Amino acid sequence: MIERICGLCSHSHTTCYTQVIEEILDVEAPPRAEFIRTIIAELERIHSHSLWIGLAAHEIGFDTLFMYVWRDREIIMDLLELISGKRIHHSMNTIGGVDRDIAPEIINRTKKGLESFKERMEYYRKIGTTERTVLKRTAQIGILHPGDAIALCAVGPTLRASGIKHDVRADDPYIAYDEIPFNVITYDGCDVLSRLLTRFDEVLESVNIIRYALDHLPEGKTRVKVRRWVPEGEAIGRVEAPRGELIHYAKTDGTTKPNRYKVRTPTLGNLPSVCEMLIGGYIADIPIVLAGIDPCFACADRMIFIEESKDKRWVWSGEELRRHAKEWHQKESSPP
Amino acid sequence: MVKELLKHLFKKPATLKYPFEKRDPTRGMRGRPVWDIERCVGCELCVKDCPSGAIEMFGKGSKAEFKYHLERCVFCGWCEEVCPTNAIMSSEDYELARQNMAEMIIEFKRQ
Ligand code: SF4
Ligand code: SF4
Repeated sequence: MIERICGLCSHSHTTCYTQVIEEILDVEAPPRAEFIRTIIAELERIHSHSLWIGLAAHEIGFDTLFMYVWRDREIIMDLLELISGKRIHHSMNTIGGVDRDIAPEIINRTKKGLESFKERMEYYRKIGTTERTVLKRTAQIGILHPGDAIALCAVGPTLRASGIKHDVRADDPYIAYDEIPFNVITYDGCDVLSRLLTRFDEVLESVNIIRYALDHLPEGKTRVKVRRWVPEGEAIGRVEAPRGELIHYAKTDGTTKPNRYKVRTPTLGNLPSVCEMLIGGYIADIPIVLAGIDPCFACADRMIFIEESKDKRWVWSGEELRRHAKEWHQKESSPP
Repeated sequence: MVKELLKHLFKKPATLKYPFEKRDPTRGMRGRPVWDIERCVGCELCVKDCPSGAIEMFGKGSKAEFKYHLERCVFCGWCEEVCPTNAIMSSEDYELARQNMAEMIIEFKRQ
């Protein structure tokens, strides 16, 4: 059930959950299971980041890029379905290991799929760094200085785009990350463009991680048997979800149901920094700045405007705000 | 980008015209679970282990019959896994939308 918390990072939530429960149970998943968990986690990071890249392109009115990125994201979705049997909620994690093994033929198909995806992604990255429309709408927009990023507890790519090297995968390795070499991507532009580039590079880095994991997949079991009830205890789990650090806390009382369960999602950590990023910017830049942290919520899709001098108030929905952004930028860039 | 666009001008679209064209399900896909009721011995394990309470059992032992709640199921495949007689299988059915709630409850009865 834990994986239904999020439709994009379902595997991160279950990884965090199994981490917590396995700690209380004092069991460890076999190495092969740890590697398979890592592979799914990175595939999930890729699909989540490419979804975001598409969305960011949509927010700045670059719908062509949005369509193409989403089309190529399907390669990854198909791979996830091939490995786990499902596209979104993979149900791969279980307490004590993973539910399914990866067959050799699937390994080959995954490698092939990654190859073609990587090629496409490198091309999109080139567009992201050279296309004038992208640069104009993202460079020097939504600045978050490193000091503020730390003070406001930003996490994940938002924090790394402000030049701070913090990644749970590297700082507090879980599953198989201590056995796989990888780079923590940082950029120090502190703007939306840096956030875009951080995610592009992380996608490419994830491809390398998966390749390495597939090549070094240890032999053996994929799960251990665990008892059906959990002893009394409490534990905290940390996982680097695509959007940043995810924390789960559980307190159990010796039955099959937890006494207390708390989830701190990365979007909650990133929201305060949005307020800082927006200060001094244009209203027309709000959509892309807000999208820049890759927020994961449905209920905050509107805002209130107050014009003090005229004592006027009105509400814009997300769609109206987006339209204003496009029109305003078109007016700005066309000569009078 | 313009070059890329021109290249795609004469290609066929990347999307399928659902529902007229359908995608073949991947092998091993975890879709809607189905019961092979004649194999069931009525141990009730699936009912107890289903995390979302999607399975209801009526009758005991070799007379057990089921009501399966499609609207509650999260397609975790756990029931398939715990069943000692392999009476439950994940099907490849992915068209799960129904017009009303009553159609979401699927009954599995013995002959
Ligand atoms: S697949 Fe999971 S949720 Fe659905 S009926 Fe089986 S055990 Fe219950
Ligand atoms: S677990 Fe299998 S045998 Fe037991 S009640 Fe369910 S369907 Fe029947």
